[in-house]
Amino acid sequence: MIYFDNSATTKPYPEVIESFMKVTSDYFGNPSSLHGLGVQSEKLLSAARKQIADLLKVKSSEIYFTSGGTEGNNLAIKGAAHSQGNRGKHIITTAIEHPSVEDACQSLTKMGYEITYLPVYEFGQIDVTDLKDALREDTFLVSIMHVNNEVGSIQPIVEVGKLLKQYPNVLFHVDNVQGTGKVTLSLRDANVDLCTISGHKVHGLKGTGILYVREGVRVDPLFHGGNQETKIRSGTENVAGIVALSKALRISMNNQLMYHDKLQQIKTYLYKGLKEMDGVLVNSPEEGAPHIVNFSVPGLKSEVLLHALESEGIYVSTTSACSSKKRTISKTVDAMFHNSARSESVIRISTTYGNEMEEAKQVLAAIQKIVANLEKIMRVAK
Amino acid sequence: MKFDHIIIRYGEISTKKRNRKGFVEKMKAHIRWSLKDIEGVVLTANRERMYVLLNGADHKPVIDRLKGIFGIQSLSPAIKIERDLEVMKTAALYYLNHTLEEVNTFKITTKRADKDFPYNTDEINRAIGGHLLRNTEDLKVDVKNPDLNLLVEVRREAVYLTGEIIQGAGGLPFGSSGKGMLMLSGGIDSPVAGFLSMKRGLDVEAIHFYSPPFTSERSRQKVIDLAGKLAEINGSMKVHIVPFTEIQLLIQKQIPENYSMTTTRRLMMRVADRIREKEEAMALITGESLGQVASQTMSSMFAINEVTNTPILRPLITMDKTEIIKIARELDTFEISNLPYEDCCTVFTPASPKTKPKREKVNYYESFVDFDSLIEKAVSETEVLTVKPGQTFDKEEAMEDLF
Repeated sequence: MIYFDNSATTKPYPEVIESFMKVTSDYFGNPSSLHGLGVQSEKLLSAARKQIADLLKVKSSEIYFTSGGTEGNNLAIKGAAHSQGNRGKHIITTAIEHPSVEDACQSLTKMGYEITYLPVYEFGQIDVTDLKDALREDTFLVSIMHVNNEVGSIQPIVEVGKLLKQYPNVLFHVDNVQGTGKVTLSLRDANVDLCTISGHKVHGLKGTGILYVREGVRVDPLFHGGNQETKIRSGTENVAGIVALSKALRISMNNQLMYHDKLQQIKTYLYKGLKEMDGVLVNSPEEGAPHIVNFSVPGLKSEVLLHALESEGIYVSTTSACSSKKRTISKTVDAMFHNSARSESVIRISTTYGNEMEEAKQVLAAIQKIVANLEKIMRVAK
Repeated sequence: MKFDHIIIRYGEISTKKRNRKGFVEKMKAHIRWSLKDIEGVVLTANRERMYVLLNGADHKPVIDRLKGIFGIQSLSPAIKIERDLEVMKTAALYYLNHTLEEVNTFKITTKRADKDFPYNTDEINRAIGGHLLRNTEDLKVDVKNPDLNLLVEVRREAVYLTGEIIQGAGGLPFGSSGKGMLMLSGGIDSPVAGFLSMKRGLDVEAIHFYSPPFTSERSRQKVIDLAGKLAEINGSMKVHIVPFTEIQLLIQKQIPENYSMTTTRRLMMRVADRIREKEEAMALITGESLGQVASQTMSSMFAINEVTNTPILRPLITMDKTEIIKIARELDTFEISNLPYEDCCTVFTPASPKTKPKREKVNYYESFVDFDSLIEKAVSETEVLTVKPGQTFDKEEAMEDLF
């Protein structure tokens, strides 16, 4: 089996599962309990929080635990909106955000909020001057992803942060679910106020996540209850998942230091190989993230190619995993190229540390063979 | 091109005369300690200044650490280069592009100690200034109040470039004033008092009163976490944890309720003073602020202070709560202090403690009880920990693998 769908989810590291098992069976106390068992769990929780804060070079008190990327994005966007009251009603985001950002913003329009979607250009990036032009008196939030989940384009987060520094009333949210552990981003240098991270995209477990909330930034909770996580996220903490997440993040960031070049080599190999292939259009920018290559075979429906690859033991995805069941058109590719034949026939390859060049070679050969075969059939069909 | 040394200016130490050497040595030791894991750096000192030679090390982390060291008034990164106008121009541009603060206006001040250098000061100023203006955007010359005054010093052996002045922590070198014992509760004030004492050169150890089972493991951990923050200054902090339950129970039983708070404080003083004696320290330090609570009124302090003639330092005595909180936030102790766990001062608080206790009365009440043996017992059973920075959560070995 060749697993090249790591942007959908990653396989948890064995060490991470070990931690989870151990904590969940040996340290099962409720961290809010006053007795010794509770104290032990709470210690684990604060050690995890500290380790994560150190890895992200922020303060422990700025780390909040969530159930994952979707919750983090919703909490950041709706929470920021609700804490604003009537001070601002305008949000700026991009045309290629993940549904958990797009739909969270969309849901606010019912309450009178206005959303501006910044366009992206050929390389899947926004233009910061578009953002500057879109800023209004009543803009209170800018939400821009770091690495695009479909094509791997990297947004100019540091540049945006610099611009927004001149607008102290505008909060800056970054969805860093895809970038974490793959593309470096300094939250401090980029003046980020809110940042979402998901556990299962860094070889942690599903149902775990982090929301970074910069000191002094207010967000209203989505859940009310036991006042855990300093009231921002009530609900008994998933201690085992959180400890596992802190370990997964440490290992992933360590892998990033050690194996980034290898990941990049594999990407470059796939990128170049696909670019030269007949009938194939590469959608990812060459300068994008080192783990995502997105391409189209116009005229050939994504799902057909996906299943053909699956029959060879190769796992990839069509658009983002979350929306692949609903529709077959890639929103991001459409926003980049405005070409429906191209955006209906999208395949995303996403790798991670531990993938080998040998696998990339096999995948490329398989694509070559399948495309050639299917093209014959398609020509007949024409 | 890289910064190759950092100039350190002494603050108050430079006003010392014959004792200066001792202060400088303490500061040097502290700087050495804080830079010990940065490879290549060498420290030299003379009467006026110290120099950190970077030998290839990155200047930013070094400056970050130096900024926290007491006794340093200010510091400046500097570049030593060959006596060549082209090299000087390049170096000046490098300097300008690598300042910590943003620079919008500048001027050049050249000192030509070596009069044989082929260009005079005006020519040098103009050459370098012109080069900077040509190679930057939005940069202006301001000779009166520039963001950066770039100093170019031409000497016989080399040319030195410096200019950015970074504020240091001030105060006196760590440990240059001897040792004091900080009465550390879990509150907001005492860690701040500890920090300010350290800033005046005191070596500080902490004393904490612990009353299990009335107070929990968590309140103890909170104090260890606070000590861990203060330990960032010099690498470790000794914490004396005094078992105080027995004494508190006896007070509850024997002293009238409205005087129990006064007696509790007096006994804490006495225990702390015994530990101070054992540790050969010369002062007690508290986080008291005048009038903040019943035990901190003038009358209360007068009654409590009777039990010792050891100097009691109260760095916060005239500060308002908001001022204290501001420092606590900067120290990063505020969040920890704010955690809501009972400590030995809150569990037994009487409903209406005397704000104007009388010495005669408290002495009279205490005269019926023999506290001395209990004090000795508490002192002998005191647990001593050495807390290191960041290691506040003592990951037991079984837990270590989990992360």
